[in-house]
Amino acid sequence: MQRQINKNGELQHLLTIEGLPPSMLHHILDTAESFVSVTEREVKKVPLLRGKAIFNLFFEPSTRTRTTFEIAAKRLSADVINLNISASSQSKGETLLDTVNNLSAMHADMFIVRHAMSGAAHLIADHVAPEIHVINAGDGRHAHPTQALLDMYTIRHFKRHFHELKVAIVGDIMHSRVARSQIHALTTLGVPEVRVIAPKTLLPKGVEHLGVHPYHDLAKGLKDVDVLLMLRLQNERMQGALLPSAQEYFKYYGLTPEKLALAKPDAIVMHPGPMNRGIEIDSAVADGPQSVILPQVTFGIAVRMAVMSILAGS
Amino acid sequence: MELPRASDILGTLAESIRNKLTEDTVLVGIHTGGAWIAEALHRMLGLSTPLGMLDISFYRDDFEQIGLHPEVKPSDIPFDVDGADILLVDDVLYTGRTVRAAINELFDYGRPARIRLAVLVDRGGRELPIEPTFSGFHLDLDRPIDLLRNENGELELRLRGHAKTDQ
Repeated sequence: MQRQINKNGELQHLLTIEGLPPSMLHHILDTAESFVSVTEREVKKVPLLRGKAIFNLFFEPSTRTRTTFEIAAKRLSADVINLNISASSQSKGETLLDTVNNLSAMHADMFIVRHAMSGAAHLIADHVAPEIHVINAGDGRHAHPTQALLDMYTIRHFKRHFHELKVAIVGDIMHSRVARSQIHALTTLGVPEVRVIAPKTLLPKGVEHLGVHPYHDLAKGLKDVDVLLMLRLQNERMQGALLPSAQEYFKYYGLTPEKLALAKPDAIVMHPGPMNRGIEIDSAVADGPQSVILPQVTFGIAVRMAVMSILAGS
Repeated sequence: MELPRASDILGTLAESIRNKLTEDTVLVGIHTGGAWIAEALHRMLGLSTPLGMLDISFYRDDFEQIGLHPEVKPSDIPFDVDGADILLVDDVLYTGRTVRAAINELFDYGRPARIRLAVLVDRGGRELPIEPTFSGFHLDLDRPIDLLRNENGELELRLRGHAKTDQ
Protein backbone atom coordinates (compact mmCIF):
# COMPACT_ATOMS: atom_id res chain seq x y z
CA MET A 1 0.00 0.00 0.00
CA GLN A 2 3.08 2.25 -0.02
CA ARG A 3 2.24 3.47 -3.51
CA GLN A 4 0.28 6.30 -1.91
CA ILE A 5 3.42 7.67 -0.21
CA ASN A 6 6.11 9.05 -2.53
CA LYS A 7 9.87 8.75 -2.14
CA ASN A 8 9.98 11.97 -0.07
CA GLY A 9 7.52 10.47 2.41
CA GLU A 10 4.70 12.72 1.21
CA LEU A 11 1.18 11.68 0.36
CA GLN A 12 1.00 11.23 -3.43
CA HIS A 13 -2.47 9.62 -3.58
CA LEU A 14 -5.10 8.90 -0.96
CA LEU A 15 -6.38 5.41 -1.72
CA THR A 16 -6.84 3.82 1.70
CA ILE A 17 -6.25 4.58 5.37
CA GLU A 18 -4.55 1.22 5.82
CA GLY A 19 -0.79 1.64 6.21
CA LEU A 20 -0.80 5.42 6.76
CA PRO A 21 1.18 6.46 9.84
CA PRO A 22 -0.63 8.23 12.71
CA SER A 23 1.43 11.40 12.04
CA MET A 24 -0.03 11.60 8.53
CA LEU A 25 -3.60 11.30 9.84
CA HIS A 26 -2.94 13.99 12.47
CA HIS A 27 -1.39 16.25 9.82
CA ILE A 28 -4.55 15.93 7.68
CA LEU A 29 -6.83 16.63 10.68
CA ASP A 30 -4.72 19.62 11.82
CA THR A 31 -4.75 21.09 8.32
CA ALA A 32 -8.52 20.58 8.14
CA GLU A 33 -8.90 22.61 11.33
CA SER A 34 -7.36 25.61 9.56
CA PHE A 35 -9.77 25.16 6.66
CA VAL A 36 -12.76 25.15 9.02
CA SER A 37 -11.89 28.75 9.93
CA VAL A 38 -11.69 29.63 6.22
CA THR A 39 -15.23 28.36 5.61
CA GLU A 40 -16.54 30.66 8.35
CA ARG A 41 -15.27 33.82 6.62
CA GLU A 42 -16.93 36.28 4.29
CA VAL A 43 -14.89 34.96 1.33
CA LYS A 44 -14.91 31.18 1.80
CA LYS A 45 -12.08 30.63 -0.67
CA VAL A 46 -8.31 30.50 -0.63
CA PRO A 47 -6.13 30.75 -3.77
CA LEU A 48 -4.10 27.59 -3.08
CA LEU A 49 -5.15 25.46 -6.08
CA ARG A 50 -5.78 28.27 -8.57
CA GLY A 51 -5.52 26.99 -12.11
CA LYS A 52 -5.66 23.30 -11.16
CA ALA A 53 -8.13 21.01 -12.90
CA ILE A 54 -9.81 18.49 -10.64
CA PHE A 55 -11.95 15.79 -12.21
CA ASN A 56 -14.72 14.15 -10.22
CA LEU A 57 -14.92 10.69 -11.80
CA PHE A 58 -18.04 9.06 -10.48
CA PHE A 59 -18.67 5.63 -11.95
CA GLU A 60 -21.33 5.07 -9.29
CA PRO A 61 -24.05 7.53 -8.30
CA SER A 62 -23.42 9.78 -5.32
CA THR A 63 -24.77 13.18 -4.43
CA ARG A 64 -23.28 14.10 -1.09
CA THR A 65 -19.71 12.89 -1.58
CA ARG A 66 -19.46 14.34 -5.07
CA THR A 67 -20.94 17.65 -3.96
CA THR A 68 -18.66 18.01 -0.94
CA PHE A 69 -15.60 17.26 -3.08
CA GLU A 70 -16.81 19.83 -5.59
CA ILE A 71 -17.34 22.48 -2.89
CA ALA A 72 -13.95 21.66 -1.34
CA ALA A 73 -12.17 22.02 -4.69
CA LYS A 74 -13.95 25.29 -5.46
CA ARG A 75 -13.03 26.71 -2.06
CA LEU A 76 -9.41 25.99 -2.97
CA SER A 77 -9.99 27.94 -6.22
CA ALA A 78 -9.53 24.87 -8.43
CA ASP A 79 -11.60 24.22 -11.54
CA VAL A 80 -13.89 21.23 -11.08
CA ILE A 81 -15.17 19.02 -13.85
CA ASN A 82 -17.89 16.55 -12.86
CA LEU A 83 -18.14 13.40 -14.90
CA ASN A 84 -20.96 10.98 -14.35
CA ILE A 85 -19.36 8.16 -16.26
CA SER A 86 -21.96 5.44 -15.80
CA ALA A 87 -24.05 7.52 -18.17
CA SER A 88 -21.42 8.25 -20.82
CA SER A 89 -18.36 6.48 -22.19
CA GLN A 90 -18.69 3.23 -20.26
CA SER A 91 -22.02 2.58 -21.90
CA LYS A 92 -20.19 3.03 -25.21
CA GLY A 93 -17.63 0.40 -24.24
CA GLU A 94 -14.57 2.51 -23.29
CA THR A 95 -12.30 0.90 -20.69
CA LEU A 96 -11.54 2.57 -17.37
CA LEU A 97 -7.92 3.28 -18.32
CA ASP A 98 -8.88 4.69 -21.73
CA THR A 99 -11.24 7.08 -19.98
CA VAL A 100 -8.47 8.13 -17.60
CA ASN A 101 -5.90 8.51 -20.40
CA ASN A 102 -8.27 10.75 -22.32
CA LEU A 103 -8.86 12.93 -19.28
CA SER A 104 -5.12 13.07 -18.54
CA ALA A 105 -4.62 14.37 -22.07
CA MET A 106 -6.93 17.23 -21.07
CA HIS A 107 -4.31 18.18 -18.44
CA ALA A 108 -6.03 16.94 -15.33
CA ASP A 109 -4.17 17.55 -12.07
CA MET A 110 -6.27 15.37 -9.80
CA PHE A 111 -8.83 12.58 -10.10
CA ILE A 112 -11.44 11.89 -7.47
CA VAL A 113 -12.71 8.40 -8.14
CA ARG A 114 -15.86 6.61 -7.00
CA HIS A 115 -16.32 3.12 -8.44
CA ALA A 116 -18.38 0.01 -7.62
CA MET A 117 -15.31 -2.22 -8.05
CA SER A 118 -12.78 -2.53 -5.23
CA GLY A 119 -9.33 -1.41 -6.39
CA ALA A 120 -10.50 0.93 -9.17
CA ALA A 121 -8.74 3.98 -7.68
CA HIS A 122 -5.55 1.93 -7.15
CA LEU A 123 -5.61 0.85 -10.80
CA ILE A 124 -5.91 4.46 -11.91
CA ALA A 125 -3.16 5.61 -9.51
CA ASP A 126 -0.85 2.96 -10.98
CA HIS A 127 -1.32 4.28 -14.50
CA VAL A 128 -1.43 8.07 -14.25
CA ALA A 129 1.57 10.36 -14.83
CA PRO A 130 3.58 11.17 -11.67
CA GLU A 131 2.26 14.73 -11.38
CA ILE A 132 -1.38 13.55 -11.22
CA HIS A 133 -2.93 12.76 -7.83
CA VAL A 134 -5.77 10.32 -7.16
CA ILE A 135 -8.25 10.35 -4.28
CA ASN A 136 -10.38 7.30 -3.65
CA ALA A 137 -13.93 8.50 -2.99
CA GLY A 138 -15.18 4.95 -2.42
CA ASP A 139 -14.30 1.70 -4.20
CA GLY A 140 -16.61 -1.30 -3.88
CA ARG A 141 -16.48 -2.78 -0.40
CA HIS A 142 -12.87 -1.76 0.07
CA ALA A 143 -12.26 1.79 1.28
CA HIS A 144 -13.66 5.31 1.63
CA PRO A 145 -10.74 7.13 3.25
CA THR A 146 -12.05 10.71 3.22
CA GLN A 147 -15.28 9.60 4.94
CA ALA A 148 -13.23 7.94 7.68
CA LEU A 149 -11.06 11.06 8.02
CA LEU A 150 -14.05 13.36 8.41
CA ASP A 151 -15.43 10.93 11.00
CA MET A 152 -12.10 11.12 12.88
CA TYR A 153 -12.18 14.91 12.64
CA THR A 154 -15.70 14.92 14.11
CA ILE A 155 -14.68 12.58 16.94
CA ARG A 156 -11.63 14.70 17.75
CA HIS A 157 -13.73 17.87 17.64
CA PHE A 158 -16.25 16.58 20.18
CA LYS A 159 -14.08 14.22 22.28
CA ARG A 160 -10.65 15.96 21.98
CA HIS A 161 -8.56 12.74 22.27
CA PHE A 162 -8.68 9.21 20.88
CA HIS A 163 -6.74 7.28 23.49
CA GLU A 164 -9.50 6.72 26.06
CA LEU A 165 -12.49 6.13 23.81
CA LYS A 166 -14.84 3.21 23.28
CA VAL A 167 -16.20 3.42 19.75
CA ALA A 168 -18.93 1.21 18.26
CA ILE A 169 -19.60 0.76 14.55
CA VAL A 170 -23.17 -0.48 14.07
CA GLY A 171 -24.78 -2.04 11.02
CA ASP A 172 -23.82 -3.63 7.75
CA ILE A 173 -20.08 -4.10 8.36
CA MET A 174 -19.92 -6.81 5.68
CA HIS A 175 -20.62 -4.58 2.69
CA SER A 176 -19.31 -1.31 4.09
CA ARG A 177 -16.19 0.38 2.73
CA VAL A 178 -16.87 3.12 5.27
CA ALA A 179 -16.57 0.64 8.16
CA ARG A 180 -13.27 -0.75 6.84
CA SER A 181 -11.75 2.69 6.58
CA GLN A 182 -13.14 3.71 9.98
CA ILE A 183 -11.61 0.62 11.62
CA HIS A 184 -8.16 1.36 10.15
CA ALA A 185 -8.37 5.03 11.13
CA LEU A 186 -9.56 4.36 14.69
CA THR A 187 -6.90 1.74 15.39
CA THR A 188 -4.15 3.86 13.78
CA LEU A 189 -5.11 6.82 15.95
CA GLY A 190 -4.91 4.70 19.09
CA VAL A 191 -8.57 4.15 20.06
CA PRO A 192 -8.21 1.35 22.64
CA GLU A 193 -11.60 -0.29 22.08
CA VAL A 194 -13.36 -0.52 18.73
CA ARG A 195 -16.53 -2.62 18.63
CA VAL A 196 -18.47 -3.78 15.59
CA ILE A 197 -22.14 -4.59 16.15
CA ALA A 198 -24.18 -6.45 13.52
CA PRO A 199 -26.22 -9.57 12.87
CA LYS A 200 -24.05 -12.59 11.99
CA THR A 201 -25.01 -12.34 8.33
CA LEU A 202 -23.65 -8.78 8.09
CA LEU A 203 -20.40 -9.30 9.99
CA PRO A 204 -17.45 -10.62 7.94
CA LYS A 205 -15.68 -13.71 9.29
CA GLY A 206 -12.35 -12.92 10.91
CA VAL A 207 -13.21 -9.27 11.52
CA GLU A 208 -11.50 -9.52 14.92
CA HIS A 209 -8.16 -9.76 13.09
CA LEU A 210 -8.57 -6.05 12.31
CA GLY A 211 -8.31 -5.40 16.06
CA VAL A 212 -12.04 -4.97 16.76
CA HIS A 213 -14.46 -6.69 19.14
CA PRO A 214 -17.53 -8.21 17.44
CA TYR A 215 -20.98 -8.08 19.09
CA HIS A 216 -24.30 -9.46 17.88
CA ASP A 217 -26.36 -7.91 20.67
CA LEU A 218 -26.83 -4.15 20.30
CA ALA A 219 -27.59 -3.63 24.01
CA LYS A 220 -24.37 -5.33 25.12
CA GLY A 221 -22.30 -3.66 22.43
CA LEU A 222 -23.45 -0.15 23.29
CA LYS A 223 -22.66 -0.35 27.00
CA ASP A 224 -20.35 2.54 28.05
CA VAL A 225 -19.65 3.56 24.46
CA ASP A 226 -18.44 7.16 23.78
CA VAL A 227 -19.00 7.26 20.02
CA LEU A 228 -21.58 5.45 17.85
CA LEU A 229 -20.82 5.19 14.15
CA MET A 230 -24.02 4.10 12.45
CA LEU A 231 -23.88 2.59 8.95
CA ARG A 232 -26.48 2.79 6.24
CA LEU A 233 -28.37 -0.46 5.68
CA GLN A 234 -28.24 -0.91 1.96
CA ASN A 235 -31.74 -1.82 0.86
CA GLU A 236 -30.48 -4.18 -1.79
CA ARG A 237 -29.26 -6.49 1.02
CA MET A 238 -32.86 -7.28 1.87
CA GLN A 239 -33.25 -9.23 -1.33
CA GLY A 240 -30.13 -11.28 -0.67
CA ALA A 241 -31.74 -13.25 2.19
CA LEU A 242 -29.22 -11.71 4.61
CA LEU A 243 -32.04 -10.09 6.59
CA PRO A 244 -35.66 -11.13 7.08
CA SER A 245 -37.13 -7.61 6.84
CA ALA A 246 -36.42 -3.96 7.49
CA GLN A 247 -38.86 -4.00 10.40
CA GLU A 248 -37.07 -6.85 12.08
CA TYR A 249 -33.71 -5.19 11.54
CA PHE A 250 -35.01 -2.01 13.17
CA LYS A 251 -36.35 -4.01 16.10
CA TYR A 252 -32.95 -5.55 16.89
CA TYR A 253 -30.38 -3.11 15.46
CA GLY A 254 -32.20 0.20 14.93
CA LEU A 255 -30.88 2.96 17.18
CA THR A 256 -33.74 4.26 19.34
CA PRO A 257 -33.47 6.69 22.29
CA GLU A 258 -33.91 3.72 24.67
CA LYS A 259 -30.95 1.88 23.15
CA LEU A 260 -28.83 5.03 22.98
CA ALA A 261 -29.40 5.44 26.74
CA LEU A 262 -27.22 2.34 27.25
CA ALA A 263 -24.17 4.22 25.94
CA LYS A 264 -22.40 6.93 27.96
CA PRO A 265 -24.67 9.94 28.66
CA ASP A 266 -22.43 12.19 26.54
CA ALA A 267 -22.04 9.71 23.69
CA ILE A 268 -22.22 11.17 20.18
CA VAL A 269 -24.07 9.58 17.26
CA MET A 270 -22.66 9.75 13.74
CA HIS A 271 -23.89 8.53 10.36
CA PRO A 272 -22.21 8.84 6.94
CA GLY A 273 -25.55 9.37 5.17
CA PRO A 274 -27.83 8.97 3.44
CA MET A 275 -29.88 7.83 6.46
CA ASN A 276 -32.71 5.32 6.40
CA ARG A 277 -34.91 6.70 9.15
CA GLY A 278 -36.83 3.93 10.85
CA ILE A 279 -34.44 1.23 9.62
CA GLU A 280 -31.01 1.79 11.18
CA ILE A 281 -31.81 4.97 13.12
CA ASP A 282 -34.89 6.41 14.78
CA SER A 283 -35.75 10.02 13.90
CA ALA A 284 -35.72 10.92 17.60
CA VAL A 285 -32.01 9.98 17.67
CA ALA A 286 -31.08 11.38 14.25
CA ASP A 287 -32.55 14.77 15.18
CA GLY A 288 -31.71 14.52 18.88
CA PRO A 289 -29.15 16.37 21.00
CA GLN A 290 -26.50 13.63 20.76
CA SER A 291 -26.55 13.56 16.96
CA VAL A 292 -23.56 15.20 15.22
CA ILE A 293 -24.59 14.06 11.75
CA LEU A 294 -24.84 17.57 10.27
CA PRO A 295 -21.50 18.79 11.72
CA GLN A 296 -19.99 15.72 10.01
CA VAL A 297 -21.10 17.10 6.65
CA THR A 298 -19.64 20.54 7.38
CA PHE A 299 -16.34 19.11 8.59
CA GLY A 300 -16.26 16.85 5.52
CA ILE A 301 -15.64 19.86 3.29
CA ALA A 302 -12.70 21.09 5.39
CA VAL A 303 -11.20 17.58 5.54
CA ARG A 304 -11.44 17.19 1.77
CA MET A 305 -9.83 20.63 1.30
CA ALA A 306 -6.99 19.45 3.53
CA VAL A 307 -6.47 16.20 1.62
CA MET A 308 -6.54 17.95 -1.77
CA SER A 309 -4.08 20.65 -0.74
CA ILE A 310 -1.68 18.18 0.88
CA LEU A 311 -1.73 15.99 -2.26
CA ALA A 312 -1.39 18.93 -4.66
CA GLY A 313 1.61 20.21 -2.71
CA SER A 314 3.50 16.91 -2.72
CA MET B 1 28.11 39.54 14.28
CA GLU B 2 26.44 40.96 17.34
CA LEU B 3 22.66 41.23 17.08
CA PRO B 4 20.76 43.67 19.28
CA ARG B 5 18.56 42.33 22.05
CA ALA B 6 15.02 41.65 20.87
CA SER B 7 13.56 43.26 23.99
CA ASP B 8 15.46 46.53 23.30
CA ILE B 9 14.25 46.74 19.69
CA LEU B 10 10.75 45.85 20.82
CA GLY B 11 10.79 48.82 23.20
CA THR B 12 11.94 51.16 20.41
CA LEU B 13 9.26 49.79 18.11
CA ALA B 14 6.51 50.19 20.72
CA GLU B 15 7.51 53.81 21.37
CA SER B 16 7.51 54.67 17.65
CA ILE B 17 4.01 53.22 17.31
CA ARG B 18 2.49 54.60 20.53
CA ASN B 19 1.52 58.07 19.25
CA LYS B 20 0.41 56.83 15.85
CA LEU B 21 -2.43 54.63 17.06
CA THR B 22 -6.11 55.53 16.95
CA GLU B 23 -8.47 54.08 19.52
CA ASP B 24 -9.78 51.68 16.86
CA THR B 25 -6.40 50.35 15.71
CA VAL B 26 -6.31 46.55 15.84
CA LEU B 27 -3.12 44.48 15.77
CA VAL B 28 -2.78 41.41 13.57
CA GLY B 29 0.31 39.24 13.96
CA ILE B 30 1.62 36.90 11.27
CA HIS B 31 2.20 33.38 12.57
CA THR B 32 4.53 32.55 14.34
CA GLY B 33 7.09 35.27 15.14
CA GLY B 34 4.81 38.13 14.14
CA ALA B 35 2.11 36.82 16.48
CA TRP B 36 4.62 36.93 19.39
CA ILE B 37 5.57 40.52 18.54
CA ALA B 38 1.91 41.50 18.19
CA GLU B 39 1.14 39.97 21.61
CA ALA B 40 4.06 41.83 23.19
CA LEU B 41 3.11 45.17 21.55
CA HIS B 42 -0.52 44.70 22.55
CA ARG B 43 0.58 44.30 26.17
CA MET B 44 3.25 47.05 26.14
CA LEU B 45 0.90 49.57 24.53
CA GLY B 46 -1.92 48.63 26.90
CA LEU B 47 -4.38 48.07 24.07
CA SER B 48 -7.90 46.82 24.74
CA THR B 49 -8.80 46.22 21.08
CA PRO B 50 -8.91 42.58 19.92
CA LEU B 51 -5.72 40.88 18.74
CA GLY B 52 -5.75 38.92 15.49
CA MET B 53 -3.51 36.18 14.13
CA LEU B 54 -2.91 35.19 10.51
CA ASP B 55 -1.41 31.98 9.16
CA ILE B 56 -0.63 32.78 5.54
CA SER B 57 0.07 29.16 4.47
CA PHE B 58 -2.94 29.12 2.12
CA TYR B 59 -1.78 32.34 0.42
CA ARG B 60 1.91 31.63 -0.13
CA ASP B 61 3.25 32.07 -3.66
CA ASP B 62 5.69 29.17 -3.35
CA PHE B 63 3.05 26.43 -2.85
CA GLU B 64 3.95 25.05 -6.32
CA GLN B 65 7.61 24.74 -5.29
CA ILE B 66 7.43 23.60 -1.69
CA GLY B 67 3.86 22.45 -1.06
CA LEU B 68 1.81 23.04 2.02
CA HIS B 69 3.56 24.12 5.20
CA PRO B 70 3.69 21.12 7.56
CA GLU B 71 2.24 23.07 10.49
CA VAL B 72 -0.68 25.18 9.42
CA LYS B 73 -2.46 27.00 12.26
CA PRO B 74 -5.97 28.42 11.96
CA SER B 75 -6.12 32.16 11.33
CA ASP B 76 -8.07 34.02 13.99
CA ILE B 77 -9.50 37.45 13.18
CA PRO B 78 -11.88 38.22 16.07
CA PHE B 79 -13.22 41.53 14.68
CA ASP B 80 -14.98 42.85 11.59
CA VAL B 81 -12.35 43.65 8.96
CA ASP B 82 -14.73 45.92 7.00
CA GLY B 83 -13.62 49.47 7.80
CA ALA B 84 -10.99 48.33 10.32
CA ASP B 85 -7.73 50.21 10.97
CA ILE B 86 -5.22 47.36 10.99
CA LEU B 87 -1.62 47.31 12.11
CA LEU B 88 -0.07 44.20 10.59
CA VAL B 89 2.87 42.89 12.63
CA ASP B 90 5.73 40.59 11.60
CA ASP B 91 9.09 39.72 13.11
CA VAL B 92 11.46 39.99 10.13
CA LEU B 93 10.73 41.79 6.86
CA TYR B 94 12.75 40.46 3.93
CA THR B 95 11.36 39.87 0.42
CA GLY B 96 7.90 41.25 1.23
CA ARG B 97 6.18 38.11 -0.06
CA THR B 98 4.79 37.13 3.35
CA VAL B 99 3.27 40.59 3.76
CA ARG B 100 1.75 40.38 0.27
CA ALA B 101 0.13 37.07 1.25
CA ALA B 102 -1.11 38.49 4.56
CA ILE B 103 -2.70 41.53 2.86
CA ASN B 104 -4.45 39.24 0.36
CA GLU B 105 -5.75 37.06 3.18
CA LEU B 106 -7.05 40.09 5.14
CA PHE B 107 -9.03 41.21 2.10
CA ASP B 108 -10.82 37.84 2.09
CA TYR B 109 -12.22 38.81 5.49
CA GLY B 110 -13.46 42.19 4.32
CA ARG B 111 -12.34 45.65 3.17
CA PRO B 112 -10.16 47.33 5.78
CA ALA B 113 -10.04 51.14 5.97
CA ARG B 114 -6.27 51.05 6.34
CA ILE B 115 -3.42 48.56 6.78
CA ARG B 116 -0.08 49.65 8.22
CA LEU B 117 2.94 47.43 8.78
CA ALA B 118 5.16 47.12 11.84
CA VAL B 119 8.23 44.85 11.85
CA LEU B 120 10.82 44.12 14.50
CA VAL B 121 13.70 43.85 12.02
CA ASP B 122 13.93 45.03 8.41
CA ARG B 123 16.73 43.00 6.84
CA GLY B 124 16.47 44.49 3.32
CA GLY B 125 16.32 42.31 0.20
CA ARG B 126 12.85 43.34 -0.95
CA GLU B 127 11.38 41.67 -4.04
CA LEU B 128 8.08 43.53 -3.92
CA PRO B 129 7.23 47.23 -3.46
CA ILE B 130 6.35 46.80 0.23
CA GLU B 131 7.81 49.00 2.99
CA PRO B 132 7.21 48.98 6.73
CA THR B 133 5.38 51.87 8.38
CA PHE B 134 7.27 51.14 11.62
CA SER B 135 10.48 49.17 11.97
CA GLY B 136 12.45 48.51 15.14
CA PHE B 137 15.81 47.95 13.54
CA HIS B 138 17.25 48.01 10.03
CA LEU B 139 20.12 45.76 9.07
CA ASP B 140 21.11 44.61 5.57
CA LEU B 141 21.78 40.92 5.97
CA ASP B 142 22.60 38.15 3.54
CA ARG B 143 21.68 35.46 6.05
CA PRO B 144 18.27 34.53 7.47
CA ILE B 145 17.49 35.74 10.96
CA ASP B 146 15.13 33.90 13.30
CA LEU B 147 13.08 35.05 16.24
CA LEU B 148 12.93 32.53 19.07
CA ARG B 149 10.79 32.51 22.19
CA ASN B 150 11.68 30.55 25.31
CA GLU B 151 9.29 29.08 27.87
CA ASN B 152 9.40 32.32 29.90
CA GLY B 153 8.12 34.24 26.88
CA GLU B 154 11.49 35.98 26.34
CA LEU B 155 12.30 36.77 22.72
CA GLU B 156 15.70 36.39 21.11
CA LEU B 157 17.01 37.15 17.61
CA ARG B 158 19.47 34.69 16.15
CA LEU B 159 21.32 34.39 12.83
CA ARG B 160 20.52 31.10 11.18
CA GLY B 161 23.37 28.62 10.96
CA HIS B 162 25.10 29.95 14.09
CA ALA B 163 25.69 27.83 17.15
CA LYS B 164 23.83 28.94 20.26
CA THR B 165 25.73 31.77 21.94
CA ASP B 166 25.85 32.38 25.67
CA GLN B 167 23.13 34.65 26.88
